[in-house]
Amino acid sequence: MSTDTLEKVNSRAHKSAHSRFGSRSRRVQFVFLCLLVPLFTMPFYVMIMAAFKTPQFAEVTTMWLPPSPFSFDGLQEAWSKLSPNFLNSFTMVVPAVIISSAIGSFNGYLLSKFTFRFSNIMFTMMLVGMFIPYQSVLIPLVKFLQLVNLYGTTPGLVLVHVVYGIPITTLIFRNFYVSIPKEIVEAAAIDGAGILRTFFSVIVPVSIPGFVVAGIFQFTNIWNDFLFGVITISDPTKQPVTVALNNLSGTQTVNWNVLMAGALIAAIPTAMAYLGLGRYFIQGLTAGSVK
Amino acid sequence: MSQVKTSSNPPIKRKKRGGDKKAALLLLPSFLIVSVFVYVFITYTIGVSLAENWMPAKPNMARGEDPFATYKNLFLNARFQSDLRNSFIFTFLFLLVTVIAGFFIALAVHNMGRSKGFFRGVFLLPYALSFIVTGVVWRWLFNPDSGVNLFLQYSGVAAAYKSIKGEELRPEWLTSATTVGDVGALLEKIIPGGEIIQVQMGIPLALIPVIIATAWQLLGFAMAMFLAGLVSIPDELREASMMDGAKGSRYYRSIALPMLAPIAITTLVILTHVALKIFDLIYAMAGSGIGFATDMPGIFVYESMYKALKYNTGAAASIVMLAIVCVIVVPYLIHTNRETKGH
Repeated sequence: MSTDTLEKVNSRAHKSAHSRFGSRSRRVQFVFLCLLVPLFTMPFYVMIMAAFKTPQFAEVTTMWLPPSPFSFDGLQEAWSKLSPNFLNSFTMVVPAVIISSAIGSFNGYLLSKFTFRFSNIMFTMMLVGMFIPYQSVLIPLVKFLQLVNLYGTTPGLVLVHVVYGIPITTLIFRNFYVSIPKEIVEAAAIDGAGILRTFFSVIVPVSIPGFVVAGIFQFTNIWNDFLFGVITISDPTKQPVTVALNNLSGTQTVNWNVLMAGALIAAIPTAMAYLGLGRYFIQGLTAGSVK
Repeated sequence: MSQVKTSSNPPIKRKKRGGDKKAALLLLPSFLIVSVFVYVFITYTIGVSLAENWMPAKPNMARGEDPFATYKNLFLNARFQSDLRNSFIFTFLFLLVTVIAGFFIALAVHNMGRSKGFFRGVFLLPYALSFIVTGVVWRWLFNPDSGVNLFLQYSGVAAAYKSIKGEELRPEWLTSATTVGDVGALLEKIIPGGEIIQVQMGIPLALIPVIIATAWQLLGFAMAMFLAGLVSIPDELREASMMDGAKGSRYYRSIALPMLAPIAITTLVILTHVALKIFDLIYAMAGSGIGFATDMPGIFVYESMYKALKYNTGAAASIVMLAIVCVIVVPYLIHTNRETKGH
């Protein structure tokens, strides 16, 4: 079907959909959704308002009131406490995302463009790795990291995130490469290119959308992790920001508004990535489900 | 995607029956390292759970007289019994809320015109946050002195309640120690050996705020999945059903719902395994709660291993968690694996 006729069909279907679900029913649904918006945004409201309050005016009993006077003190204090961990998170997330996406893209290419024995069983066995409760591997994981001298270090945490990220990135790329015609791989093979050269010269150049999808998905996953961070790194100055925020939340001396400011700081990178690249985020989300 | 499937890709001719050995070899390193980190590690944890006295500094795998003693004690442990109860109730209620609400929100968002992107963005934004952030924020929203309870006052709900019931409306939320609908006595009768149950088999009220917070975070995921499913229903089907004179509700019942079934199953499996594994959100929001009202197997494992240093107890509990998750996930993976083979 040419794109032209496809467009026509789509626009027709669009019109028919509108006429069928009469404008009244649609208006009711619109009102329903509008009523839900405050419910969903309320925690963001509280978090942001509190972050800009002065400690004296940050009583929990006035939670819903906007800040007056407006102040950056809370944010400053939270940043002074969390900034080292915030940077730790970045130095951990960036390599982990790049390496796990690269490995996933190579695996996805192998699994989608070649048929070989046991490919299905190997893939399924790898996929199990994204569903297991990680609690069931913590003891040997720590032992292993100690054995290779990476326990308590950022590279160790990167390694953990890369390995446990392989199943999901492989899945995302395998689903992504299904939409790339096998013909271009065959054409490269006819030209005499091997598996590796075909990957680097033919597949990688057309994989940018796949890398954005897998990258943003892994970025949020790894940034938001708590369990691996708290288990593999015991030195508070080296822990990622999620662990530091939880520690901050457990201390009695910290003011409530500082805590909210801290939550805001920890949330900003993933919220930004989501707001900027939301379309790809949704693709990763739905591709992450086994299809 | 549908265009790709219908286009006639000629099957690639393979040289040998075994297929591409080189491709298999290239996949092998990833396969092996993931297998070590998953299967070998799990085997090790099982070993620790059966060992009598394993310690990190002295990894002694020797078993005691009864290698299953740790498991037996675990199921007799009142805290772990609470955890299993909480995990079950939490998973069930959380799925009920999230899947049903996610479905209806997706239907409504799907019918929107220009505002579609806005609504989708708002409802999905919480999903981008860390469970820890969600826990920290919602902990304060459900503080009895603030948040939701202030709303009850402002809106007049609290005053209305007082004039009718004559008592103060001030839910304790996370700090509640009440359990409603105890069926423990009944369970003791119908389950052989039910007398080992030491905890109230009802719904701890403190779980409700936790369920609300988790649903808030993951509703967007359910919605996005259903939206993807709705978009994939061919427009021709809508048109055909319209020509047959089907009304909106009949279209949903006889066409949209059956076509959404596979995506609903995927959504259910993913959300169930997230709920069974839940740890960070509850750990940050409520901790174990009063009388372990909000404790979960994930928290139990973490605290057994790293606070109480009872490694075999923690390991055994983690293997129980794993077994429960596998009951849900493995049949699903085998099923989807078969399906892809069939194509």
